[in-house]
Amino acid sequence: MLSRERRSVVAAEQIGPYTLLRVDRGRLEPGIPGQFFMLEAPGRVLPRPMSLCLAPAGELGFLFEPIGPGTRALAALERGDELAVLGPLGNGFRLDVERPLLVGGGIGIAPLPYLSQALRRPPALLGFRSHHHAEAAQLVPSANVVVEPTLVTDALPSGYDVLACGPEPMLEALAAVAPGAQLAWEAPMACGYGACYGCVVHVGGHYKRLCLEGPVLGAA
Amino acid sequence: MVLLNASGCLDALAAPDVARSLDVFVTKTVTPEPREGNEPTRIAETDHGMLNSIGLQNPGIEAFLDGVLPRLKALRIPLWVSIGGFSADDYALGAASLNGHDEIVSIEMNLSCPNVDEAPESAAEIVAACRAATALPLYAKLSPHLPDMAGVARAVEAAGADGLSLVNTLRGLAFDERTLEPRLARGIGGYSGPALKPVALAAVYACRRATSLPIVGMGGVWNGRDVLEFEAAGASAVALGTVLFADPGAPARIRDELRGSDDTSSVPALTTDKIPAHQLN
Repeated sequence: MLSRERRSVVAAEQIGPYTLLRVDRGRLEPGIPGQFFMLEAPGRVLPRPMSLCLAPAGELGFLFEPIGPGTRALAALERGDELAVLGPLGNGFRLDVERPLLVGGGIGIAPLPYLSQALRRPPALLGFRSHHHAEAAQLVPSANVVVEPTLVTDALPSGYDVLACGPEPMLEALAAVAPGAQLAWEAPMACGYGACYGCVVHVGGHYKRLCLEGPVLGAA
Repeated sequence: MVLLNASGCLDALAAPDVARSLDVFVTKTVTPEPREGNEPTRIAETDHGMLNSIGLQNPGIEAFLDGVLPRLKALRIPLWVSIGGFSADDYALGAASLNGHDEIVSIEMNLSCPNVDEAPESAAEIVAACRAATALPLYAKLSPHLPDMAGVARAVEAAGADGLSLVNTLRGLAFDERTLEPRLARGIGGYSGPALKPVALAAVYACRRATSLPIVGMGGVWNGRDVLEFEAAGASAVALGTVLFADPGAPARIRDELRGSDDTSSVPALTTDKIPAHQLN
């Protein structure tokens, strides 16, 4: 059963170049870390997929970078504005891991604060393209931070169960060095619930819908 | 007003509650052979609509009949099956293979997908081939690009179509704002959403005056008012497409809006004398 509600904005805060949009939770469930929501982007035709970043009491928090018309419209929301929120959707991270290490790159750190909370603050390794972007590391406890030209794969310790989200090249590099990693992928989505077939990725030699099969997929 | 989904805009197995909120569920187009669909990126939002280039991803008619249709039947929703292909024989094969399935109430012939190569035969020839293959009601889904919409509507009626689905998407192209590269991997895609509505209304209006066939109107329907406009143009049912992506609750919302509006039967049907005859095509 899909849950979609009109919710009120509690706050839209700047963190480095990113926006943390906090909305009143209502009856929506926060779901499992790595699951996502479709957020109505005011004035736009389609909603935008956003993984849940934070789940403080009574709220849902979403972190994004305002780089396109949809994310800019979302970033312009103010306290009291309303938007439709659909979710939680998709498959999140498996939490039954022995030695978790959270790895994030850029805006891909979005699901990690909530994941960190669920896993009781495991170690984390975050990579950013600038120190300005790295301000978002404050959202993830116990995080080691690297800034380009250093990459997370340059600083990756061995012996951990990797749970990661970030740009495709980072995830592909992690898949090569950490075969058991759980990786949260991103794709343009129109609907988020399996209707549009827009968000397909290759899984097992076939195009599968990331919104239903993922967004968290095993690296193997 | 009867509400359907536009083919390719809903998966009843992934979202059965959304399908049940419609009067009829229309499947994604099924082709004789399985199709992987087009390479991603497959979708791109534009200012007033969206582009898609899915490319008729489907399991093929055999796997559809064995693996998908029984599960759709279990949902107990009236079903329309959309069929496609690359020749009149493909369509006829698809139509014939649907015979004997009581849960299927109609076949929609997708004669107009902008994201794959088209069959060489005319729409009327494909309809005639399907007519010879099945007694099920046949709806012809036409492209808004046809230069003579009314003429094609008359031709498919003469060939044995039982109804029209108007319209499929328009071909469109969008570029990335930074790189100026096409945003879809395949370049051109099908343009849908609010910007398509006036085009679709004109097609319904022209075909209403050209034939006596029932018409399912679709293209940018977003609210109850849009449904009334399609009814005024001559549609006997309305299908929801892109709006289902934005709002899976759209069918229920639109019904509420229609109930809240004036009695829909009081909407005056437009008459041809309001628009010059030479513009009806």
